[in-house]
Amino acid sequence: MNKTASIIKVGIADLNVVTPPMKIRTSGLGSCVGVVIYDETEKVSGLAHILLPNSQLARQKQYNPYKYADTAIPKLITKMIDCGANKHKLKAKIAGGAQMFQFASGSDMMRIGPRNVEAVLDKLKDCNIPVVAQDVGGNTGRTIEFDPETSKLKIRKINREETFI
Amino acid sequence: MDYTKLTTIQRDVLREIGNIGAGNAATSMSKLLNRKIDMEVPSVNVVSYDEMMELLGGPDEVIVALLFRIQGVAPGTVYFILSTERAEALVREITGDQAMNLLASSDNELAISVLKETGNIVTGAYLSALSDFTQVNMQPSVPYLSIDMAGAILTAGLIELSQVTDYAIIINTKMNPSHLSHSIEGHFLFIPDPDSFPKLFQALGINGYE
Repeated sequence: MNKTASIIKVGIADLNVVTPPMKIRTSGLGSCVGVVIYDETEKVSGLAHILLPNSQLARQKQYNPYKYADTAIPKLITKMIDCGANKHKLKAKIAGGAQMFQFASGSDMMRIGPRNVEAVLDKLKDCNIPVVAQDVGGNTGRTIEFDPETSKLKIRKINREETFI
Repeated sequence: MDYTKLTTIQRDVLREIGNIGAGNAATSMSKLLNRKIDMEVPSVNVVSYDEMMELLGGPDEVIVALLFRIQGVAPGTVYFILSTERAEALVREITGDQAMNLLASSDNELAISVLKETGNIVTGAYLSALSDFTQVNMQPSVPYLSIDMAGAILTAGLIELSQVTDYAIIINTKMNPSHLSHSIEGHFLFIPDPDSFPKLFQALGINGYE
């Protein structure tokens, strides 16, 4: 298998679960938050690309639950347990939640990055999942890739060295 | 409201909106650079968020984007997007300084200021044509500039929309200077807020958008 074929890509407002040797990646996180939940023992890892903090914001009757922090995280956990993860061993790493444009008018909608981060942390706490590492905020985009084998999250930003958390 | 089902006439109207706006913008760009600018017929796409990123070369692609929030009766977001090479070529052409480097920190400030001002002029032309045509008052914000990944930049313009739908209607226009040696291709993306569509259609006498 070639190298690129072993990476599962997660789109915007989407989520997925992988086991080794597969890796999982999401690209171009701005105000969105990438939530990685993993079980180190079973090597099952999930990644959700969250666009908005709360499903109560939805003005749709049929909304995509993967879009919101409060609905995507429980869905991701359920999916991981289905794939063999142990509910009590789950840990999380998160990245994203940047403020891409420094809007002069400080309307709440424009502070979406920090609000996404807050919502994600709240929901993870509700689910009793410890957040082991995070790289959030700032004003740069991030591409993240998680390797379930090593439980390392690779973070790439433009004009920067890649970092691991 | 179903965004995925635009009638042919609605699509044509949106394309015409893009065409008129970009026509004006191309003229002002042409005056600024003192050379001919070619423009493509705009496309109107109903796309998912992921498809939107693919339109600009994928979510990882580094782009230079100027974002303007439009205030008024029909709020929305307008992006003026250039690749980094093209933005640099544009800055060099306008300043006449071939050593100008967009990403180097030393002369970055001037380069960014040039870009913002150019974006302001060109987007101002785009919006005033739109506004004249639709008789809808549109006031652009000051320009916000970001040089980063397309995915990160474009989601910022989707926040309003994403609460209502999983699709965006994008009116995309490409501009190319006819001078082939170093082309400065630019994209205009006009992303009206969800509530703005009925207003735009109504202003142009196309009713029955539901």
